[in-house]
Amino acid sequence: MLSAQDLACTRGDRLLFTGINFELRAGQLLYVLGENGSGKSSLLRILCGLRSPEQGQVSWQGEDIRRQSDAYRSDLIYIGHLNALKDDLSALENLSISCSVLGQNDGAVRARAALQGLGLARCADIAVRNLSQGQKRRVALANLWLSRARVWILDEPFSALDTAAIVLLASRIGEHLAAGGMAVLTTHQEVVIAAVTVQELRLT
Amino acid sequence: MNGAWIAVVRRDMLLALRRRSDVATTLFFFVIVASLFPLGVSPEPALLRTLAPGVLWVAALLACMLSLTRLFAVDYADGTLEQMVLAPQSLTLLVLGKVFAHWLVSGLPVVLLAPVLGLQYAMPNDALLVLVWSLLLGTPALSLIGAIGAALTLGVRGSGLLVALLVLPLYVPVLIFGSGAVAASQSGLDAGAYLSLLGACSLLALALTPWATAAALRIAVE
Amino acid sequence: MKIMTGINWFKYSSPPAFYPLAGLLIPWFYTLATVFAAVGLYISFAVAPTDFQQGEAYRIIFVHVPAAWMSMFLYLVMATWAGFGLALNARLSHMMSQALAPTGAMFTLLALVTGSLWGRPMWGAWWVWDARLTSELILLFLYIGFIALQASIDDPRRADRASSLLALVGAVNVPIIYFSVKWWNTLHQGASISMTSAPKMAITMLTGMLMLALAFWMYSIAVALVRVRCIILERERRADWVRQLVEVKF
Repeated sequence: MLSAQDLACTRGDRLLFTGINFELRAGQLLYVLGENGSGKSSLLRILCGLRSPEQGQVSWQGEDIRRQSDAYRSDLIYIGHLNALKDDLSALENLSISCSVLGQNDGAVRARAALQGLGLARCADIAVRNLSQGQKRRVALANLWLSRARVWILDEPFSALDTAAIVLLASRIGEHLAAGGMAVLTTHQEVVIAAVTVQELRLT
Repeated sequence: MNGAWIAVVRRDMLLALRRRSDVATTLFFFVIVASLFPLGVSPEPALLRTLAPGVLWVAALLACMLSLTRLFAVDYADGTLEQMVLAPQSLTLLVLGKVFAHWLVSGLPVVLLAPVLGLQYAMPNDALLVLVWSLLLGTPALSLIGAIGAALTLGVRGSGLLVALLVLPLYVPVLIFGSGAVAASQSGLDAGAYLSLLGACSLLALALTPWATAAALRIAVE
Repeated sequence: MKIMTGINWFKYSSPPAFYPLAGLLIPWFYTLATVFAAVGLYISFAVAPTDFQQGEAYRIIFVHVPAAWMSMFLYLVMATWAGFGLALNARLSHMMSQALAPTGAMFTLLALVTGSLWGRPMWGAWWVWDARLTSELILLFLYIGFIALQASIDDPRRADRASSLLALVGAVNVPIIYFSVKWWNTLHQGASISMTSAPKMAITMLTGMLMLALAFWMYSIAVALVRVRCIILERERRADWVRQLVEVKF
């Protein structure tokens, strides 16, 4: 269970949000909604542990994530605004190396399959710099097909994707939830994701 | 554990291989700085020989520092750094991989090229050998210490100059022992003590700096 | 736009509580600094005898040596506050280390200038690569690096933590730098006269130096408190308690 207790966050001397509480259980999906600049991305970064909250804490399995270093991080995948891709490497190299950095050794084989599933088979060996914005986003999202993490934290995963890719991704998230995973995501688009329980959190 | 470390080194080496010009820039900088001194001072061999240890070491130091700004900046800009911070592997270990790769592409070439420049400075053969040894023992400390500065200045305006300001004072001991070793051997003294101290500097840096760099990176991605 | 009122202040060693306390303490430290300075200057100018080798010029070491002591001591204090700031996530500690840096840099500069003024009649040169002067010069670079890093990061929280980390790294390095510079200095047979051993340390001289060191210390505390109050006001300018202060006019 991923839970947040009384989170507050400031940017500069401006208070973005305060008193954020939620509990996310296996199979549940949390939408974080709000206007631009309301602190959605900051909240997601706090949930990952990249940023420390001004007050409050995030707990994973009942324990503060700042106290457990590896346990939470090996259960977590975060895809932010940045694609975390190296322009000079091919899509396949990018994925297989980032798998190894995360400690998975069978990355290369599974990466090719994941790229194929996303319709990127022909681009797998091309340097990422030559791909379009949408293709780059798809390569970054291919990590979701490789990941064994239980918590997915996705910042605007549907941006720059075409309709077919959106459907693919939505069904992948649905699959993940059905298998007992959990997901937190922000989005501007109306996307239908099959989930048992959908929670919404609106930042003002 | 080792898998992740190797993956980080491999990624950076692959990137360096695809961007060979970056590596070459550092090297040429080293060569040019070292070649300017005789033009500015005098071509007289005896004078050059006394200048050589200091000039070559300072040039190596500047070349290493020049390449530091790139150490984490690209990872920071493209989001790879966030993913490294979030990886279940210890960030200290991944940092060590990055620094090792940096040393391989910026420190090691300087070590290998230094004796050629030493010839320009009319250095005797045994001093050349000590020069190579001193750089081999000292440049890892330069990369390790410099990584802290590179991590602290991520995303900061004018970070290139700021890195110099933060890191150069910390390089003083390495410079003193490094050029001291070469100078000692040129004047017929034993360079062993200097080389041991250089090695000690590198070991100390190896033990302490990756931790500090990792902390600085966590502060930077926040 | 919401204002930072919902923040849990007592989690930090609270700036609103510290601000008035610092205000109360400042005059006392200024007074102490003045008293110690008066006694110290009296000893160094009236009581201490004229050096028969160096004449009156040697009296500058009554300022130089305490300034050099303070410059190193303040770096240590600054690093200690920085360490507390990082370990306890206490914002006031970061502010303290930030407030100490300019004073530390000032004393370093004072030590350098007085050192070179003293060196002129002693060595016949304005600058000599003496171990102490060289170390002071590098210390000045460290102070400047700290101030520059703090100033160039926009987000105050990140600036605090990054510069505190730098202060700690510097503090670990200072002894290594000092040792290496000393080693370098002895091997190159630089200045043969060391500043501490040249005039024989008579008890009166030591007392004079100690008095001035105490004066500098008290002055540093007073100035750091003044500066910390400014930093607090700047950082918390939107908080309600600052708006209610008498001295803050909108």
